[in-house]
Amino acid sequence: MKPPKFEYHAPKSLEEALEALGRYGGDAKVLAGGQSLMPLLNFRLARPTALVDLNRIGSLAYIREHNGQIRFGAMTRQRTIEFSPVVAQRLPLLKEATHWVGHLPIRTRGTIGGSIAHADPSAEYPAVLAALEGEVVARGARGERVIRAGDLFQTYLTTSLAPDEILTEVRLPVMPAGAGYALEEFARRHGDFAIIGIAAVVVREGPRCTMARLATAGAGPVPVRLRAAEQILEREGLGEAAIEAAARRATELVTPDADIHASADYRRHLTGVLTKRALTRAIGVARG
Amino acid sequence: MEGTGLGWIGKSVKRVEDARLLTGRGTFIDDHPPVANACHAAIVRSPLAHAKIRGYELSAALALPGVVGAITGEDVARHTKPFSVGVTAPIHYYCAATDRVRFVGEPVAVVVAKNRYIAEDAADLVQVDYEPLPVVVDPERALDADAPVLHEAVGSNLAGNRRLVYGDPDRAFRDADVVVNERFTFPKYASTPIETYGVIARWDLLDGVCTVWSNFMGPFIMHPLTARVLGLPENRLRFIVPADIGGSFGIKSSIYPYIALIALAAKRLGVPVKWIEDRREHLLASSSGTDRVAYREVAARQDGTILGMRFKWLDNVGGYIRSPEPGCSFRPTGNFVGPYRFQHLEVDASVVMTNKSLTGPNRGYACGHLYFETEGMMDRLADRLGLDPVEVRRKNLIQPDQFPYRTPSGGLYDSGDYPAAFDRALELAGYDELRREQATARAAGRYVGIGLALAVDPSVSNMGYVATALDPQFRAKPEYLAKSGAVDSATIKIDPLGRVIAILGTTPQGQGHQTVVSQIVADELGLVPQDVTVVDEMDTFTRVWSISSGTYSSRFGSVGTSAVALAARKLTAKLVDYAAHLMELPAPSLEFRDGAVRLRDGKGPSYSIKDLAGRAHWNTESLPEGMEPGLQATAVFGFTVAKAVDAEDRVNSSNTYGFIAEVMAVEVDPETAAIKILRYVTVHDAGTIINPMIAEGQIYGGALHGLGGALYEELAYDENGQLLTGTFMDYLVPTASEAPQIEIAHVVSPSPLTPLGSKGLGESSSMTVPAVIANAVSDALAPLGIRINELPMTPSKLWKAIDQAQRTPTGVSAPLASGALQPRRGVSEPRESRALRPRAGVSEPRASFSGHPRSDPTSRTSLQ
Repeated sequence: MKPPKFEYHAPKSLEEALEALGRYGGDAKVLAGGQSLMPLLNFRLARPTALVDLNRIGSLAYIREHNGQIRFGAMTRQRTIEFSPVVAQRLPLLKEATHWVGHLPIRTRGTIGGSIAHADPSAEYPAVLAALEGEVVARGARGERVIRAGDLFQTYLTTSLAPDEILTEVRLPVMPAGAGYALEEFARRHGDFAIIGIAAVVVREGPRCTMARLATAGAGPVPVRLRAAEQILEREGLGEAAIEAAARRATELVTPDADIHASADYRRHLTGVLTKRALTRAIGVARG
Repeated sequence: MEGTGLGWIGKSVKRVEDARLLTGRGTFIDDHPPVANACHAAIVRSPLAHAKIRGYELSAALALPGVVGAITGEDVARHTKPFSVGVTAPIHYYCAATDRVRFVGEPVAVVVAKNRYIAEDAADLVQVDYEPLPVVVDPERALDADAPVLHEAVGSNLAGNRRLVYGDPDRAFRDADVVVNERFTFPKYASTPIETYGVIARWDLLDGVCTVWSNFMGPFIMHPLTARVLGLPENRLRFIVPADIGGSFGIKSSIYPYIALIALAAKRLGVPVKWIEDRREHLLASSSGTDRVAYREVAARQDGTILGMRFKWLDNVGGYIRSPEPGCSFRPTGNFVGPYRFQHLEVDASVVMTNKSLTGPNRGYACGHLYFETEGMMDRLADRLGLDPVEVRRKNLIQPDQFPYRTPSGGLYDSGDYPAAFDRALELAGYDELRREQATARAAGRYVGIGLALAVDPSVSNMGYVATALDPQFRAKPEYLAKSGAVDSATIKIDPLGRVIAILGTTPQGQGHQTVVSQIVADELGLVPQDVTVVDEMDTFTRVWSISSGTYSSRFGSVGTSAVALAARKLTAKLVDYAAHLMELPAPSLEFRDGAVRLRDGKGPSYSIKDLAGRAHWNTESLPEGMEPGLQATAVFGFTVAKAVDAEDRVNSSNTYGFIAEVMAVEVDPETAAIKILRYVTVHDAGTIINPMIAEGQIYGGALHGLGGALYEELAYDENGQLLTGTFMDYLVPTASEAPQIEIAHVVSPSPLTPLGSKGLGESSSMTVPAVIANAVSDALAPLGIRINELPMTPSKLWKAIDQAQRTPTGVSAPLASGALQPRRGVSEPRESRALRPRAGVSEPRASFSGHPRSDPTSRTSLQ
C-alpha cells in the first residue's frame, strides 16, 4: 500500500496551483484534505503523474456571508464548519450533515471543496449542495465559472469540472428563517458513508408548505433531488398523508445500486423510510 | 500494604505497559529494525482464485533501479519443503504457490528492493502466466461430485472427515419425545489486529544460523515445523519476538508461512529482508476463522431434558489446510457439550477446501461457532416445548456437586457453579422485569427480544487435541507418536538489593503480562509490583520453551501465571533453607512471610529478602554446603491433565474451563432492520481474577469481537473467489460508537489445578455474543416467525426477512404465538396454528434467515 511514483507540487497561491495543474493536461490530481485521495493512491487505484497540494493556500479557507449566500473557501475544513456560528445560524442543515461526516480526525483534515469535488454519491455534502440548490465556483486557465449543483455531479466520483479546473468556492443560499430541516441517515456504523441519507428542508406558512427540498445520499450514482416528492408537499401541505405520499413517491424516484452492504431493494425501501423520518423531524423544527 | 506487599493479586493495578504504548514508545516489529542494511520485500499475490501457473516473467521487475532480486514459486519448490498438515490427505502446502494458485492473494513471488516503494513498483511489473481454473467457494458445493477439485492428489475437496460418537446417540434420538433440527451458517471473519504481520530475516553464512524477528505469538510447534521447511536443524533457527505485539487474537499464529518465505528470500538473495504486511494483504490473505455450515439436531424429553445431540459440520479452511487446522472442528472437543449434562453425542466433522483464504485460530477458536449453534438449539427446543429458555437451560446444567466433571468427549471441567453464575446474570439483568417490559413493548407493536447464552470457556489448549482429526486406527499404529501437553516457563532472578527480574517465555500481544507478573511476584516475595521488572522478549535461543509454548488459547492467565508462581516459590524455599543455615535453626521452624524469613511462631529475628539477597550474592561462603550460588529459579509448569486423545476419541482438549452466562435485550426497528442493544449482561467465572481491570478489558474486547462477527464483519467472496470486503470501508469492524453498555460480574470458582486458582479469560465473550444477540433478535422477531440461523445479521439481509414475513398474511397473526407473552409451562399451541406459520425458510433451505422451526416439516414431534 505505497503509492506509485508521482510528482508533487505545493503551491502557495491559487495561480501557481492552476499553472501546475495546467502543465499535466489532465494527468494531475488536486489534493485537498486527502481523506479519499490518499487511500486511492495507496491502493494504486489512482495513478496521477502529479499531485497539486492546495493545503498551503491559506486564501482558500474562509466562510463568508455574501448576498444571501454563505460562501466557503474550498479548503475550509469540515471541523471548522461543524463549529462555525454562521453555519449554525444560517445553514443548520449543513451543520447537522457535518456530524455525519466520518469521524473527528477525518473532519479535521477533510474539506468542503474536497468532499464535493470527489463526488462520492454516498457522502453528505453533495446531498446538502443538491438540497439547498447550491453552486460551486471553478477556476481554470480560461477564468472562472459558476456551476449549479444540478449540473455538477455526472456519475460516481465524476463532476463536470474540467481536468485543469480547481473548485475554489462552495456557495450555499442562506436557509429561510424558520425553515425546518433534517438529515436522516442510515449507515451500518457511525461515521460510514450512508447506505441511504436524506436531506430535507421545509418552509411552512401555517398548514401550507411553501418550499420543500429533498435530496439523497447513497441512492444512485449522483445525489438525487426528489423534486416530484417535494411537489406533493408543496401541493398538499405537511399532513401525514402528504408525508406518506411524498415518501412513497421518493422510492420511485431513485434507482439505487446493490453492493456488499445493501441490496437495491433495501436502499429503495430506506429512501422512503428516511424521507418520512426526515420530513417529520424537519416539520417538527419548522417555524411559521 | 507498606512493607508487606501481600494482596496485589485481585487488585486493578495499572498496566505498566500503558505508559509506553500511549506515548508511542512501544517496540513493535516495524519500529526498531535490528538489522543493518535490511532490504524490503513486496509480495506478488495471485489475482485469481484458482489457476495453474505456467510461468513467470521477472525481467522488467529486475531491471528497475533499486531492485535487489526476486524469488518465485520455483525457488520455493526447489529449496523448501511443504509444511506438515494436521490430516493424512496428501496436501502440499508450501509457503507460496508452486504450480497452482488456490485463493486470491496467495503469494506467488517476492520482490526485494532498497525500499518498500520500489519493491511495490517492481511487484507491479512481475508477470505471472496463469491458466484459469474453475472456482468453488461454497463448502457444500465443493463436495459435489462435479465440483472443481483444488488438490488433484487428494481427489476431492475433503481434507478430512471424522465421525465422533460418544455414548449412544442413536438410542437417545429413538427415546426422545421431541427432536428439533436446524441448519446454521457461520461467517468467515478475522480479528484485524491493529498491527499487521511483520518479519525480518537474516542469515549468518558463517555459522548457518537464520535469525527471524517477527511478531510471532506461538504456538511454538510452528518453530520446528518452519525449521523443517527450511531444512535447518532447530538450533540453527532463531526466533526473536519484540517486546510489543499490536494485538493478535489468534490471527498471528498463522504468520509462520511468511517466516519461511521471507527467510527463503533472504537466503536466496543474500541480504537481510524485511517485510511488513499491509492492511490489504492482511485482509486478503493472513488468516480468519472458518465459515461453517452446520446441521444440528437435539433430542429431548417432554420436560426439556436433553438426551443427546448430533452435529454435522462443514468447516471451510480455504485453499489449503494450514496447521493448526483442523482445530476449527476439534479445538472444542472436550467441551462439545458446553455446560450441559447430556451424555450422547455424534459429531460428523468435515473439513473442506475451497478457493478462499486460509484459516486458523481466531479468538474463541471455533467456540463462537459451537455456541451459536448450541444456544440457538436451546431456544428452539424451549420454543418447541413451550418452556421458558431459562428453564430449559437450567434443567440441563451441570451441577456444582458434579465437579470435577468429565464430559462424554473427554473434557475435565475443573471447577464451576454454573447455576449460580446463570442466576447472577438473570438477576443482574432483571430477567423477569425484562420479560414484562417485552410484553408491554410487543403489545405496542415494538420488536423487543431477550437472548440468553451460556458457554463453557476453555483455556490452555492441550495440543494433543489436534490428533482427534486422525482415525483411531491410524493413532493405534506402533509408529504413531502420541502428543499431549500444555506448558509454560518462567525464570525469576533476585538481585543483590532484593529486587527482582522475571523473565518469561511468552509473547504478549497486549494482555499485560508485565503487570500481572509483577503482581504475582510481589505477592509471592513480599514486594511491591514496582520492585519487579518483567522481561518479555521471546528468543528461542535464550528462553526456556517447549512445543506448546506461546501466548494463545488464553494460556497466560492459567499456565503462564502458574509457572511464575512456582518459580517464586522455588526461590522462597531456597531463602528459607539459607536463612535456616544462617540462624542455625531447622528449616521447618521457619517460613517465608511478608517479605522475610521468619520463625513460624512469630518470635525472634528475621531475615528480609534484601538482607538474604545481599549476602547470597556478595558472600557465597555464607551459603550452606551444597546450595547452588545465586538467587534465580526457573519453573516449567505443565498440566498433568493434558493427555493424548484416547482410542474412543476422548480428549481433555483444554486444561482449565471457565463459564460465561449472558443476557441481552435488543429492539429491532422493523423499518430499517437496525438492531439496538438495550441491555447486555455478562457474568464470567474464570477462577481467581488477578487483575480485574485487565479482565474487564478482555471481556469488553471479546464482546466487541463477537459483535463484529454477529453484525458487521465478514470476509465475503463472490462466486469467482474475489474478496468483496478487502478494505476497512467494506470489512466493518465495530468501533467505540457501536459498543453497547456492558454490565460485567464475576463468580469465582478457583481452579484446583493451578497454584493461584486462575483460569484463562482472553477469549471470553467473543464466543457467546454471536449466540446471545442472534437469540435476542430471534426473540424480538418471533412475532414475524423469523429465527436467526445465519450471521452476520446485516440490516439489508434482516430487512429482507422482515419484509418477506410481513408480506406473508399469516405473519401478522404470529404475535399470538410469541412465547414470552404467555405462561410457558404446559401451554402448547394447537397444531393447526403451527401449520399456518410462514414457511419461507422451509421451502428455501438456503434462505438467509429461516422461518420459524416450528414449521419445519422434517422435525418429528410428539408435542401434545
